[in-house]
Amino acid sequence: MISAGSDTIQELTVEELRAKMGTGMEIQDPEEHMLLSMGPQHPSTHGVLRLLVELDGETIVNLAPDIGFLHTGVEKTMESKTFTKALVLTDRMDYLSPWSNNLAYILAVEKLLGVEATPRAQAIRVILAELSRISSHLVWLGTHALDLAAMSVFLYCFREREYLLDIYEMVGGQRMMVSYFRPGGLWRDLPDEFEPAVRHFLDFFPARMADYEALLKNNPIWLRRTKGIGVISAEDAVSWGLTGGSLRGSGVNYDVRKAKPYSGYENYDFDVPLGQDGDVYSRYRVRIGEMWQSLRIIEQALDNLPDGPVNIDNRKIVPPPRSELGHSMEAVIHHFKLWTEGFDAPKGFVYQSVESPRGEISCYLRGDGGPKPARVHFRGPSFVNLASIANMAKGQFVADLVAIIGSLDIVLGEIDR
Amino acid sequence: MTPGQIALRAVIVGFIMALVVVTGFAYTTLLERKLLARLQARVGPNRAGYIPLPQRGKQERKLLGGILQPAADAVKLFFKEDPTPAKVDLIVYNLAPMLAVIPAILILAVIPWAGEINIFGAKFSPYFAIAPGINVGIVFILAITSIGVYGIVLGGWASNSKYAVLGGIRASAQMISYELAMGLAVLIPVMMADSMDLGVITAQQPHIWNWYVWRQPVAALIFWITAMAELQRHPFDLLEAEQELSAGFNVEYAGMRFGMFFMAEYMKMVSLSAIAAVLFFGGYQGPFVEQFPALGFLYLAIKIIIGLAVMIWIRASWPRFRYDQLMQFGWKRLLPIIVLNFIITGAYFVLLDAGVLPSFVESLHHFFTG
Repeated sequence: MISAGSDTIQELTVEELRAKMGTGMEIQDPEEHMLLSMGPQHPSTHGVLRLLVELDGETIVNLAPDIGFLHTGVEKTMESKTFTKALVLTDRMDYLSPWSNNLAYILAVEKLLGVEATPRAQAIRVILAELSRISSHLVWLGTHALDLAAMSVFLYCFREREYLLDIYEMVGGQRMMVSYFRPGGLWRDLPDEFEPAVRHFLDFFPARMADYEALLKNNPIWLRRTKGIGVISAEDAVSWGLTGGSLRGSGVNYDVRKAKPYSGYENYDFDVPLGQDGDVYSRYRVRIGEMWQSLRIIEQALDNLPDGPVNIDNRKIVPPPRSELGHSMEAVIHHFKLWTEGFDAPKGFVYQSVESPRGEISCYLRGDGGPKPARVHFRGPSFVNLASIANMAKGQFVADLVAIIGSLDIVLGEIDR
Repeated sequence: MTPGQIALRAVIVGFIMALVVVTGFAYTTLLERKLLARLQARVGPNRAGYIPLPQRGKQERKLLGGILQPAADAVKLFFKEDPTPAKVDLIVYNLAPMLAVIPAILILAVIPWAGEINIFGAKFSPYFAIAPGINVGIVFILAITSIGVYGIVLGGWASNSKYAVLGGIRASAQMISYELAMGLAVLIPVMMADSMDLGVITAQQPHIWNWYVWRQPVAALIFWITAMAELQRHPFDLLEAEQELSAGFNVEYAGMRFGMFFMAEYMKMVSLSAIAAVLFFGGYQGPFVEQFPALGFLYLAIKIIIGLAVMIWIRASWPRFRYDQLMQFGWKRLLPIIVLNFIITGAYFVLLDAGVLPSFVESLHHFFTG
């Protein structure tokens, strides 16, 4: 226990603090400026991000992000699991949109194996990935608004997200860590209640979106807090490697779904919303636009949902249905082989990009001929997007820093992995 | 009455009113939590204390769920560990919560709660207040509310925490900028009533069409905005901006010492709602208040609750200002508007006295003043 006024607490000099920090940030004026450590326990650093901020009054002179508090070694752990079992770890990275992580990994595995999912499985993957874009953007919108103290939007968004999480539970048996996409298809076909539930969502959600717009879009305080804040030019955005809404807010038209279509995205008609100013408000508008486009995609996919099997007919990759286990010895052998050893993937490496709600998430996967991945690496959009924060926040106020973090839409689980 | 009797009566009435207001503060927190919850599609606290109703079928029915929540909160705050951070300035650190909460209670001394009234044989005249007939009531309010900010600034400074210091600095800057506009907004009812006595100001607004808000909507609006800024209520709660400074000036306080800051904020909500009601919304005046002066308590309470509800509603819907935007808003928008309003009002009364106004303006004036 620390008693008041005792000398047990030592004051760190700035140099010592810097050495302890390990961020290597240049401190410009240690005498006059205040060095503030925001996080890892801070209400608006979206998890366990720590920012070392050098302040002149309330103006940010310099800042450096300090990450790694949530490091769980996902990529290394995946190397010790079979291709199928490693899937569950991808859920835990970007826990707000596990579907996109699953999709990136599964598409990479399928690419490595040289198989392609059935049309029905592909359409279902698109529907769920777009639903997850909406649910993830709802969390983003809620927390972003909450960071600027528009408290109600947060709770409204979580109400709608709750509905989507119920749909995920209906489909995959889990609210968040779904692991529903499997190599060669899906865990199982959609339940019958799925389509009415999603149609109902498509019905009521536009009105709810209009509510959020009414609260924020033209709110004078919201405009003052977001316009001209955290500006990043298109050139800078590209050279910092920003992707997703953070890049398109600066007006760069790059969306993996259009640039390198996967899982049948080329069959859907949708626009890529673009911003112009590259500020917090543009990024806000872009993500709101993406939610409307996601609704369009879901509607098209539901209308044209093909019939047929959801899994490919390859027993070396996809486990046999349980109904066959009772009467087919071959099925029992396949089942046993798959769940004990897994399947062998060919030697070689693949790289697969997917447009996650946060930007381009890519999976680099190397097989060594065995049943386990030799190396997995993810290019996480949050990680790359966060790197540009110092560039955006210099010269702004502390209050703007909070808005900028919110507008970058980071998830620390994926940054630290 | 001798001065001794007056002082004794003020002590007794003050004691009772302070108890009423402390209870009122507790239920203001409940009102805020419940109303905010309803605005945000939530339920709010509904566990502590309820009246069970007979079951109908399988449905368990409860009435007034959460009615004891303020008591539960208070018990929690009293029994919480209250550690003192290392290297704080102990005297100032302990003094600050009191400096915040005492002015919040003191403001209530001059608020008139009812007209001339007899309670148990004691005659309260010219109106019922803890300290009735203070002819500088408004100056008293302005002086006392400015003391409240010392509690916050000193608390932030003494806490030996960077977040708290930032909160304290914000508080002092915000108070300076808004006190000025608030002072001018308050002076407009004073000019119209030709008195600084809150009782006289109330007496001038006997009917709903006499309320000053109809004649001075701009001043009423600016008073409301500056009162919110004075209270550090959303959207001006920069000094405890949870998302930026985690809790601002009170980040190092726990237990009842934090509770006192909390109390100060909510009591100031009540008292500033009361002042707004007195200055612009007719105070305790309402139908049949001449015949039954005790109704004055009810009318003022209703007006206070409406004021509180508006504050909570604003909190539910708006984002927060940024520090420099707040300053700009105060100095570049509110101050010029209220100065202009002040000059026009002053000129109007001078012209009215000189009798050079057109006759329809004068008849309009007589309609509003009765």
